[in-house]
Amino acid sequence: MTAVFDPGAAATEATDAILRDTLHGTARGVVVDSPPGAGKSTLVVRAALELADAGRPLMVVAQTNAQVDDLVLRLAEKNPELPVGRLHSSDADPYDKALDDLPNVRKSAKAGDLGGLSVVISTAAKWAHVKVDEPWRHAIVDEAYQMRSDSLLAVAGLFERALFVGDPGQLDPFSIVGSEQWAGLSYDPSASAVTTLLAHNPALPQHRLPVSWRLPASAAPLVSDAFYPYTPFRSGTDHGDRHLSFGVPSDGSGPDRVIDEAAESGWGLLELPARHTPRTDPEAVRAVATVVRRLLDRGGAATSERSPDPAPLTADRIAVGTAHRDQAAAVRAALAELGVTDVTVDTANRLQGREYDVTVVLHPLSGRPDATAFHLETGRLCVLTSRHRHACIVVCRAGVSELLDDYPSTEPVQLGTLVKFPDGWEANHAVLARLAEHRVAWRP
Amino acid sequence: MSLIATLARLEAVSTGRAQPIATVRHRRLSERPLVFVPLTTAGEAGAPLGALVGTDRDAPHLLVVPQPRDRDLRFAFLSELADIVLPYIDTYAEDVEAAERNETDPETGKRVKVEVELCADAPQLILPSRAGVDFVRLLGRSMRFRRTAEQDPETPYPAPPRVPLLGRWLTHFGERARVPGSSLLLAMTDVLARHWATGQSTLEDQHLGALLAWIAPPQGETGAEAALRAELARDAQGQLLCPPAGPATDPAFDNKLLAPAFERYDRARTALAAAEDGLEADDRLGDLTAAEREIRALVESRTRPTWDAVWRGLDLVRELPEAGRVEERWTRDRWSFTGHRDRVAAGEPPQPRRDDAVTAANKLAAREREQARLEAQEALDDPLVMAGRRLSGEAFAGEVTEVVMAYSEGKRPSPRPLVTVRTDDRPHLGERAKVFRSLGGKPQSAEFVGYEEALDKGDEDGGVGEDGRDAGALLVLRVLDKMGRGKEPEEGSVPEKGDLVCFTLFEHEQRGGAKLPDPEETPWTHGGPPGEQVSEAADPLTEEDVL
Repeated sequence: MTAVFDPGAAATEATDAILRDTLHGTARGVVVDSPPGAGKSTLVVRAALELADAGRPLMVVAQTNAQVDDLVLRLAEKNPELPVGRLHSSDADPYDKALDDLPNVRKSAKAGDLGGLSVVISTAAKWAHVKVDEPWRHAIVDEAYQMRSDSLLAVAGLFERALFVGDPGQLDPFSIVGSEQWAGLSYDPSASAVTTLLAHNPALPQHRLPVSWRLPASAAPLVSDAFYPYTPFRSGTDHGDRHLSFGVPSDGSGPDRVIDEAAESGWGLLELPARHTPRTDPEAVRAVATVVRRLLDRGGAATSERSPDPAPLTADRIAVGTAHRDQAAAVRAALAELGVTDVTVDTANRLQGREYDVTVVLHPLSGRPDATAFHLETGRLCVLTSRHRHACIVVCRAGVSELLDDYPSTEPVQLGTLVKFPDGWEANHAVLARLAEHRVAWRP
Repeated sequence: MSLIATLARLEAVSTGRAQPIATVRHRRLSERPLVFVPLTTAGEAGAPLGALVGTDRDAPHLLVVPQPRDRDLRFAFLSELADIVLPYIDTYAEDVEAAERNETDPETGKRVKVEVELCADAPQLILPSRAGVDFVRLLGRSMRFRRTAEQDPETPYPAPPRVPLLGRWLTHFGERARVPGSSLLLAMTDVLARHWATGQSTLEDQHLGALLAWIAPPQGETGAEAALRAELARDAQGQLLCPPAGPATDPAFDNKLLAPAFERYDRARTALAAAEDGLEADDRLGDLTAAEREIRALVESRTRPTWDAVWRGLDLVRELPEAGRVEERWTRDRWSFTGHRDRVAAGEPPQPRRDDAVTAANKLAAREREQARLEAQEALDDPLVMAGRRLSGEAFAGEVTEVVMAYSEGKRPSPRPLVTVRTDDRPHLGERAKVFRSLGGKPQSAEFVGYEEALDKGDEDGGVGEDGRDAGALLVLRVLDKMGRGKEPEEGSVPEKGDLVCFTLFEHEQRGGAKLPDPEETPWTHGGPPGEQVSEAADPLTEEDVL
């Protein structure tokens, strides 16, 4: 009998093991690595519900207010009866107004007001100000790889045991000042929370979600090989399960041809002639905007395992990703000129955790004369190329491979630090090599 | 690099002179700084070769280690250095003023105000370059764990009395220098590069001679030519005309001049030790003194040009008026200085080799806060810096074209006037983005309401000007605070039509972070409490340490 990979069964098995360790294990912490779109949020919600069912008071730590609100909404959707506390800041508009419609969600800026609730959710920054006499019995730390070690230090006294969930391939946390002074220390405050946690508690059980439900069969191998070479994952769907088609035929231009290539293969590389440009490269920005405009004009329809009927590819299902905020602003302005307003345009940092049908990416190294650590960062490229359910179109100037070869990584090696592998140089080459198979030259 | 810095560099290339990137001085310069130009021995980490040090530009103290691999001579150097640096520090430690500080009362746990001393001024160390600052840290580390004979009669190589104390102070200066915006310990290259943009790379800017050549090139020469000469020109003996600012020395100097001089010194010393009678010894002592004098002259010849360059740099930066918020940051330096003075006086042990988890996290948080504070303050102090922020979409300036009174909803309506600003800048304003302006030194916040479309309402200022120039955008802001408690805003608290205003998207003041646990309550995720602090031993001796 040949073993057929059943993604559903593999994912269930992994989830069951995680919940077993979380609810019945003896370790103080459980770490879960989750590749892009592997059902991390679903896992967090399920673990929260089961812990609440078991009568264990639970605190949930997320990194941003948007993530907190999203978790509250998901919890309420799964179990509207569950009493949930949303601890928020005392700024104006501290939480999503949609929370006001949920009868069992209590909101307060004071932790004292939320005592006795099954689940209390807030950001790490807010939790850091909370003082308790008796710690929570359990905590869930979401996006733990994006949390800095020092912010875990500020909240770790609030709970006895915790489930740490996150994606190791995404952007590492950063600090705006140098922290080389502490490099190599197990508790380097600028490292990620999980790095510190595991350095001090190496025996903690570590799990991995094996299936990406977001990434299509065309994308999972590339992302897995380039960014997770030692912890590979599979896509939950197979080739042919998803389909992207367009009502309006191609007009033969570069943007239309790259759209067709991406619809067919899941990837498209729109290559502009090599040139050194300012960050907000006007030609590349215009190319990105034109691709988005054409995606909308051509009446796209997406078929997937979610529904048998094709769903129209609307503006809210498309996103543009950039490396810098000024690039995002330039793309927004170019889109506005073309009459497109509802498409999300943001930097990799802000696109983390989000999901779209089609993404258009301005390559971080496009038009650059140098390859700095920022632009080479593995996580940045990983976030940008793993947000899509159907297709990803990368807009880039030619010459990035040569640029990579001219600028091998030159970061100083620090004693005692874990060398991250693959490095940005290797990951960038791996992605470019695959994208080259789907290259379309720019011809307006 | 920001767009405006790139522009300044391009302009420096085309004009042949460094371009100012600040209109005011963003660092405190003491009236009596202690300038320190150290040299180190090639291949011997932490073995000083000599230094020029002092507060008088015409009379520096020359300190020399004629044989840097001799521990006793090294200690003699450090002892001499301590005799210059510590009295300088002490003059500032004695002059105090009364101040208040918030402290937690150990009995009630409440925050109370405590009357404490604050040093009226603080000492300032100026090093030529960033490598010099690192050398200060290295010296500090090599000295602070040493024991004097008084502290530990058993110690095999007792340090001279004040050397460990100098190590603690140098460590404090080195650590404080990592705090953005601090001025206790400055590298001259950093200070100059903060105020001028040259036509060379930032790496080349770390060469003090080349940097000064760009800022003040000699008559008839461009900055590029003068900088190239400073970097490369050699005399007939193959020695650099402008020796490196140290602490590393030029290999040609090491090989051709220094090594032979060391050899002569060693030979003279061996000969002296082998002298058989007093007359012979007298003779050979003369040789030794001559050999030592030769090394002193060599060290002086390599440090004096740098010494003069540092003072020339100070002259240049002093010509700029001090920025408004430098005083506030200097007060933080004074607190830092006073704090360390008190720790030394209280008999606390030297700074540990490694920070514990809580200390490291606290330092990182404080430095991030100071970095944000520095960036905001420099922009508010200096229109040229603000121009850079405006260019990058983080601020905007313009003229108020309309003010409409409006009020908040609720039982007690408060003023929330709508202010329309016309600006040529292109700020990255998101929906309901908060913006801030400085009102009497305090930040007033407003909320971005939207862009006003009606640019063509017939207003003679609106729309596209007659010359076809884009007349900019009209954006509407809702002012949120600093208007007093009454129903009507206080006089002068709301901009009026025709006012020129400048709003920033970044906050002007930094919020304090959350309080971290005490080190003895370090959680399990970070290895638990670090345990009692044990007094650390100095680095162990190795065979290479002893000649």
